[in-house]
Amino acid sequence: MKKVIEGRAFVVGDSVDTDQIIPAEHLVYSLTDPEERRMYGKYAMSAIPSGQSGLPNGDIRFTEDGSTRSQFVIVVAGKNFGCGSSREHAPFALREAGCEAVVAESFARIFYRNSVDGGFLVPFETRERLCDVVKTGDVLRIDTATGELTSVTAGVSWLLDPLGEVAAILSAGGVFAYARQAGLITTGSDQD
Amino acid sequence: MTITEKILAAHAGRDRVVPGENVWIDVDILMTHDVCGPPTIDIFRREFGARAKVWDIDKLVVLPDHYVFTSNHQANRNLDILREFAVEHKLPHYFDAHTDEYKGVCHAALAEGGYNRPGTTLFGTDSHTCTSGAFGLFATGIGNTDAALIMGTGKIWVKVPETMRFVFEGELPPYLMAKDLILTVIGDIGIDGATYRAMEFDGQAVYDLPVEERMTLTNMAIEAGGKNGIIAPDEVTIDYVKSRTDSGFKPVYGDEGARFHSERVYDVSKIEPVVAKPHRPDNRATVSEVAGTRLDAAYVGSCTGGKLQDFEAAARLLKGQQVAIDTYMVPASTEVQRQLHTTYVDGVSLFDVLTDAGCKLGKSSCAACLGGPVDTFGRTHGNEVVISTTNRNFPGRMGSKQSSVFLASPYTVAASALTGQITDPRNVMTSA
Repeated sequence: MKKVIEGRAFVVGDSVDTDQIIPAEHLVYSLTDPEERRMYGKYAMSAIPSGQSGLPNGDIRFTEDGSTRSQFVIVVAGKNFGCGSSREHAPFALREAGCEAVVAESFARIFYRNSVDGGFLVPFETRERLCDVVKTGDVLRIDTATGELTSVTAGVSWLLDPLGEVAAILSAGGVFAYARQAGLITTGSDQD
Repeated sequence: MTITEKILAAHAGRDRVVPGENVWIDVDILMTHDVCGPPTIDIFRREFGARAKVWDIDKLVVLPDHYVFTSNHQANRNLDILREFAVEHKLPHYFDAHTDEYKGVCHAALAEGGYNRPGTTLFGTDSHTCTSGAFGLFATGIGNTDAALIMGTGKIWVKVPETMRFVFEGELPPYLMAKDLILTVIGDIGIDGATYRAMEFDGQAVYDLPVEERMTLTNMAIEAGGKNGIIAPDEVTIDYVKSRTDSGFKPVYGDEGARFHSERVYDVSKIEPVVAKPHRPDNRATVSEVAGTRLDAAYVGSCTGGKLQDFEAAARLLKGQQVAIDTYMVPASTEVQRQLHTTYVDGVSLFDVLTDAGCKLGKSSCAACLGGPVDTFGRTHGNEVVISTTNRNFPGRMGSKQSSVFLASPYTVAASALTGQITDPRNVMTSA
């Protein structure tokens, strides 16, 4: 986990489900093939209704046509981000597009867990409804150790909720690295 | 402790667990399919080595079901990856697509195959894995990374959930189905109303239902954000499981005085047929509130609404009549597909009733429930308005981002298929 995550914000509303984050028709691509996996960046957030895509004005593509990388590094969302299908392809797609953190009022459980255990991105919760305050394109900076979120654009700061027990998994880089560090699994193929 | 807490405690080797604490538990069954299986296999090999062994091949169930009948090259490659892995590891519980072994939708197949055993733990790379909880086990959906961890170790960490209790009292009126009950609950508590929690269902109306209808309740726990859905086993459950497997199991029941997060009690006689309007499963309205809404298509299928009872219900309303709009029917499993020929309504097989009514029958798979490749049976391609027995109606869920989906019971979907507009099943029911 980086000490500082900084970049432009992409703002969405409540209950953005994983079908909107990465539509099911694109789940056929390999997540390991170096060329094919880029398709996940290309289609990340591609099924959010255009009026809701990049608030407050909408009609902003997360990844521009013809590109596989997004100009946005931090997603700011309302409640229940990542609900619906358990597809790990969702946090993977955001990461593949270049997103490093999602700041939301709340997360759906499986998306949150996948983000942490796969080490794809840092899911921050906040009691502030930042999706009504932050505008798409604003430059944000998050100090991951203190949880301080600063809008460089607006000159305002907020304190995000502590990551708590998942900080250790994110710091390790995912659940495998964490489990090895904690001695919960041993490397190799000879499991009991 | 609640049933969920007792099962988790037993699998953590503990006398007691408390909601909120993290525990590492033993996994009895891991299930994966063609969408999430290949990336799970990739992570398993990356983390445990190219020649690593699955922790226990008797506990891994591999069920291709999502994109089976498509010409999409990458989707078919995913089927090949599963097959090669199954051969390499000599997996006894692998059910290859395009063979006689093929089962169809994983959650239906887990029940039919006797993998849903009371008192056990079951994890699957699919959010609707919570369906299996209808048999009194702890079952939940996970991602590829967690599945790969289980595949190598047989263990996973779980945060013990609080339990919300939902009691359905009384006798279910003949025009209602389990789908109406769960859509009512989701409408009441909201799309995130059970996040991080277990949803336990109880009451006379639940225990009057066959196991397949109970599965509709637990199936949609995830649509309220629930971690798992669970129903304590009764004789019906135990008889079903024993008829499907020789493997032993020990039913687990909640303690008297177990602590719940909350309890909601419903008198089912007061519940109305309901829909979830576009574009959220908690966007509930009574059928009468939206009656007359014009439709382009009707759909009966998926792990939620593609079981035998769902087709039986539809057939009761469609018998001797003609549908007014495109009506797609996709049996969840190949077993259900066969049963359509051997199950009768007034002496006519369900298959004949449905095809005579003008329904289009597809092959068992997840099909258009989640859109899928462009050649998927029943998928939307434009601005269609669809009424469906499936589980989700988020934007783009059934294919086209412009289409709109109403979720409803098989009765309501069949009644609406006959008129081409949303129709209360009571209006077309001739006999109870």
